[in-house]
Amino acid sequence: MLKTNDTLQAIANKVEKGERLSREDGIALFRSHDLLEIGKMANMVRERKHGKKTYFIVNRHINHTNICVNRCRLCAFGRDADSPGAYVLSLEEIEQKIAACADQNISEIHIVGGLNPDLKLDYYVEMLRMVRRRLPHAIIQSLTAVEVEYLARMHGMTYREVLSTLRDAGLDSLPGGGAEIFAPRVRQIICPKKIDGETWLAIHEAAHELGMRTNATMLYGHVETIEERVDHLLRLRQLQDRTGGFLTFIPLAFHPKNTALCSMGCTTSTTGHDDLKTLAIARLLLDNFDHIKAFWIMIGPKLAQVSLSFGVDDLDGTVVEEKIAHDAGAETEQYMAREELVYMIKSAGYYPVQRDTLYNVIKEGF
Amino acid sequence: MKDVPALLEKAVSGRRLSLEEGILLMEKADLLALGTAANRIRQKLHPDGIVTYVIDRNINYTNVCVCGCHFCAFYRRPGDRDAYVIDKPQLDKKIRETLAAGGTELLIQGGLHPSLNIDFFIDMLRYIKKNYDIHIHSFSPPEIVHLSRLSGLPVADVLAQLKQAGLDSLPGGGAEILVDRVRKLISPNKISWRQWMEVMDAAHRLGMKTTATMMFGHVETPAEQVKHMVRVREQQDATGGFTAFIPWSFQPRNTKLGGQTAGGALYLRVLAMARIMLDNIPNIQASWVTQGAKMAQVALNFGANDFGSTMLEENVVRAAGVSYRVGLKEIRRVIKDAGFTPAQRRTDYTLVEQA
Repeated sequence: MLKTNDTLQAIANKVEKGERLSREDGIALFRSHDLLEIGKMANMVRERKHGKKTYFIVNRHINHTNICVNRCRLCAFGRDADSPGAYVLSLEEIEQKIAACADQNISEIHIVGGLNPDLKLDYYVEMLRMVRRRLPHAIIQSLTAVEVEYLARMHGMTYREVLSTLRDAGLDSLPGGGAEIFAPRVRQIICPKKIDGETWLAIHEAAHELGMRTNATMLYGHVETIEERVDHLLRLRQLQDRTGGFLTFIPLAFHPKNTALCSMGCTTSTTGHDDLKTLAIARLLLDNFDHIKAFWIMIGPKLAQVSLSFGVDDLDGTVVEEKIAHDAGAETEQYMAREELVYMIKSAGYYPVQRDTLYNVIKEGF
Repeated sequence: MKDVPALLEKAVSGRRLSLEEGILLMEKADLLALGTAANRIRQKLHPDGIVTYVIDRNINYTNVCVCGCHFCAFYRRPGDRDAYVIDKPQLDKKIRETLAAGGTELLIQGGLHPSLNIDFFIDMLRYIKKNYDIHIHSFSPPEIVHLSRLSGLPVADVLAQLKQAGLDSLPGGGAEILVDRVRKLISPNKISWRQWMEVMDAAHRLGMKTTATMMFGHVETPAEQVKHMVRVREQQDATGGFTAFIPWSFQPRNTKLGGQTAGGALYLRVLAMARIMLDNIPNIQASWVTQGAKMAQVALNFGANDFGSTMLEENVVRAAGVSYRVGLKEIRRVIKDAGFTPAQRRTDYTLVEQA
């Protein structure tokens, strides 16, 4: 007991001095049950970087297809092309969704979907052009590294070529999905057909080299070990040291319902303790990331609000329509009005700042 | 005026905080500082790291209620199409299921029915005690006062008769906020704070234990939240019969009062303040029914040492649009995951030996 406290104290001293934490520190933090001490350290870093500011965005998610050749075991969203419930949104349908929110001052369009062999690069190019035309001021944050690699493979292009083509059509930024846990052992179990961690990192590096900012995620709470979580975070930190292209880190809590992993025995959801600890430890290890985001869709608005005292400075946004976590049993709503987000932030004693994808301030002083 | 760290240190060292000091903390202290102080107090009171829970069932014998509280989505008027009063076969079935699930407690509560008089309750209690070995933790103060009015008997006599018929202890419902300004706004027909306390006082003096609850997050001020706690503390000094304090947040859906639901931060704040202020109440319960398992688990680091009940059945909160379902296995898992040892308890907080 004493030993644990000593270790935590040593880590707290480092945090206070702004020193970088080691792999061993990360592991010790995950092993500790001292939620509040970890929270206090993370909060110190958060306040140093952002004071009481808490960011959110008015955004719209669109999942254009659930047809996916990868069929990862972690996922309850993907379907085979001939399965009931399989869908592809036509460009016209996407345009209708976009048009419907044209007067809502949307700052970001977030489009991600499955690896659908029928959707070639031109589908994405046209989609991006249409979104850019319809919403000239919105930032388009779309296509995960997994989708970029699939397009590159399909067309025999390099990642850079695919990314340049998409960027020219309007793509501004890549979301952080598909990172899961980088460890090959884990990917073999949860997503054996998905690109490996090296490829995910290489695509984000290519995007950063093209001047695109991207996000990073970690799907936790399934079969991964504490060490594998820490190594995942450290790989991200390493790349960030090199490129500085990551905006935000977003831990994603695994939701087991309807996934193949669930039928393999991975049946439990993450706990509140684990969610807060993971957010806080991410804040502590990722000293070169500006922002840590709690996605309220994944952990619920109550815990997301509490996480503001555990290192989090961003609560994502209005979302509007979310299928991926909800197919996996997320019990949250799919939409939160801007007023609700503002209330949630203010009533916890924080200062709400409406941002765009790049953290430019859209509005404050709510 | 003392500053926040000094006040927290004072509380942790076991010295009592005044109403004014409590209000200052409620208004000014940051969440993690409150949590840390509450957690240290919890560790002192419960150094074994055990987190308890009780296996029980809520039985709502009627949803007919003449009180008509604005925050309630459960009640019906007499004659409403879906108004009901439970019958014996339904009661039997519910009790058998509870016992089969390892249950030790029945939490029987209902609306203020205009024509169910004390004989109905005496008959129900006797019937249960004759046929089953189970603790009856039932009837909150508004029901007791209602029975006193219907029967023309003093509250203490009503309680004595119910006790004799088999009532073991009282739940702490109906406390809401123990400040009449607030009660007039949210539950104008419900008993006053003094009447609520008089029932508890009488129950304690008859040797019955009770709990105390608090429903926050509607129209009350931080000062009224602390006032509520101080009033419970003063009663506890006099009679010592409260086993636990249970704060929960108002659930607005389907209620006349409406509005926003309290956030997770306020829940943890109130919970931590309860642990800090209530130096004479041994147990603080987390409320997974209103907060969900994730928040209830986090509450274990903010002063809570008890996970409440497994509630094989719960109707009142569900009527207000919240339906967290948490099974026993999940309760035990999240307690362990937070670094504590789960243990089944009885209503009086003695532990049930595991077979």
